[in-house]
Amino acid sequence: MHTYLDFEKPIAELEGKVQELRLLAHEDPSVSITDEVAKLEQKAAQLLQDTYSSLTPWQKLQVARHPRRPHFVDYVERLVEDFTPLAGDRLFGEDAAIMGGLGRFRGRSVVVIGHEKGSDTQSRMKHNFGLARPEGYRKAIRLMDLAERFGIPVVTLVDTQGAYPGSDSEERGVAEAIARSTDRCLSLKVPLVSVIIGEGGSGGAVALACGNRILMLEHSVYSVISPEGAASILWRDSAKAKDAATAMKITAQNLHQLGVIDRVLPEPIGGAHRERHQMIKEAGDGIEEELRGLEKLDGATLKRLRREKFLAMGRVGVV
Amino acid sequence: MNWITNVVRPRIQRVFKKKDTPDNLWRKCPACNEMIFHRDLEAALNVCPHCDHHMRLGTAARLASLFDDGQYQTVTVAGVPLDPLKFRDQKKYPDRLKEARSKTGRDEAITVAHGPLDGVETIISIQDFAFMGGSLGMAAGEAIIKSAEIAIEKKAPFILFTAAGGARMQEGILSLMQMPRTTVAVEMLREAGIPYIVVLTDPTTGGVLASYAMLGDIQISEPGALIGFSGRRVIEQTIREKLPDDFQKAEFQLDHGMIDMIVHRHKLKDTLARTIRILMHKPKLGTPSTLPARTASR
Repeated sequence: MHTYLDFEKPIAELEGKVQELRLLAHEDPSVSITDEVAKLEQKAAQLLQDTYSSLTPWQKLQVARHPRRPHFVDYVERLVEDFTPLAGDRLFGEDAAIMGGLGRFRGRSVVVIGHEKGSDTQSRMKHNFGLARPEGYRKAIRLMDLAERFGIPVVTLVDTQGAYPGSDSEERGVAEAIARSTDRCLSLKVPLVSVIIGEGGSGGAVALACGNRILMLEHSVYSVISPEGAASILWRDSAKAKDAATAMKITAQNLHQLGVIDRVLPEPIGGAHRERHQMIKEAGDGIEEELRGLEKLDGATLKRLRREKFLAMGRVGVV
Repeated sequence: MNWITNVVRPRIQRVFKKKDTPDNLWRKCPACNEMIFHRDLEAALNVCPHCDHHMRLGTAARLASLFDDGQYQTVTVAGVPLDPLKFRDQKKYPDRLKEARSKTGRDEAITVAHGPLDGVETIISIQDFAFMGGSLGMAAGEAIIKSAEIAIEKKAPFILFTAAGGARMQEGILSLMQMPRTTVAVEMLREAGIPYIVVLTDPTTGGVLASYAMLGDIQISEPGALIGFSGRRVIEQTIREKLPDDFQKAEFQLDHGMIDMIVHRHKLKDTLARTIRILMHKPKLGTPSTLPARTASR
């Protein structure tokens, strides 16, 4: 069962009709519908392409949050062999909102770290909808330490609305954990490639997103605050979230223009959730390409270039 | 209308008006409701003489209270692109900036200064909540990077007073990128062996707390300061519970191991001077050991 987003209604209608016709033909083989179906299918495909080639920032946010969008576990399952998850921050607990571990990625050892939102009620609860507590970030720091110690490149997959805004998070210093995780990304002497695969929400995303190279999926978003949050603070009206999404420039295309990210990875027509395997493979290709470039550099250079890249942000590349 | 109403009465009124008390001569302490004479409050660095409540302190008064004899120089910070997002909410961002500038008389949220603190050349930067909520934008990020650079160049310790609601939303992702950028500045200080002391003042929240404000070698806070990552309302909505009054206060953060100490504003200079001298391997001011060394070098 496909989940359609609000703005996909016309597409849903067309695709629904195709299915109805197919069902009809199945029940009564004497009816010839081949032409009709082909026509409708083409129309639906065209509409899908048109819609997705001109998504508004608000629509992109819906796509980025699509329940069927591939998540961390999906990427790891198809891209990382011998994945060996590692748990816990050695200080307080384990936080499944951020997952990470060792594995092999196209022939090389890697440490993969990322937010996991979960894909059904049970797993969403387990992963706390990708809203990490301090333990998640401290585990990420521990895994980056490990990667550096063994000279293993790190890949981070970012997909979160932000850090968990709970009292326990505050009590155990979520701000400090985010700051230290950002700090660790920036001092790392191994290659770090970050990919925003869905939502890059504020500091909770930054903590894992300070790579030598930062990639974004075509319809993913990355912002300082959620459009809903910005609307209620700046417009004092949460209904203005659409305006906020546009004003804040949250799309991969915007961020590429502003020089904040290095590369936009194209999504299949209709979004990553329509052709999950294709998306995951293409993201893998992108990551591999970036890693290949970085693997030639020594640790000190990797660290220096990463810092220079961030220091240059806003100084250059901004119109 | 006669001579008396037209000429005499206005004159009399003018004479009396001069003696009229301006409405800001007395301030009410928001904590204990006592009235405080403005000169007393200034002399006490905005600390209530009745209940010790620490009210916010402006940049100029803060700097003057820390540097020896109130003597310091401010540092010019490189300009940043103005309104790269062409941002507009209820107002245009450049208009908000203009307002903040005329209200505070400052260019941006962070002022960078250097001068002697207890005889030690020190960089002190102040984030001013009065300037658009102290928000961390490109200019503030640049100010912190600049502070770190001159601290390294002068081999001088860097003290940063933080106060902000968080990132400057009107600069969108570019404000968020100040989190990693300022973190790079802190790393540069660390690698150069320069002490970096953070003094958290009311309020320090959001992305500011989740970057340079929590990365100090020493973390000091003023009493009662609000220090937290997520907003109180958001947390209450998330956990569906009412939070206690002291939640996210400096005292709460001290209890939870997030800061080293809470220091009364009147003892801040002493504490900073003592800490810096120890970290920089400098002898106590005025101890005999410093004197021969000084005369010898002359």
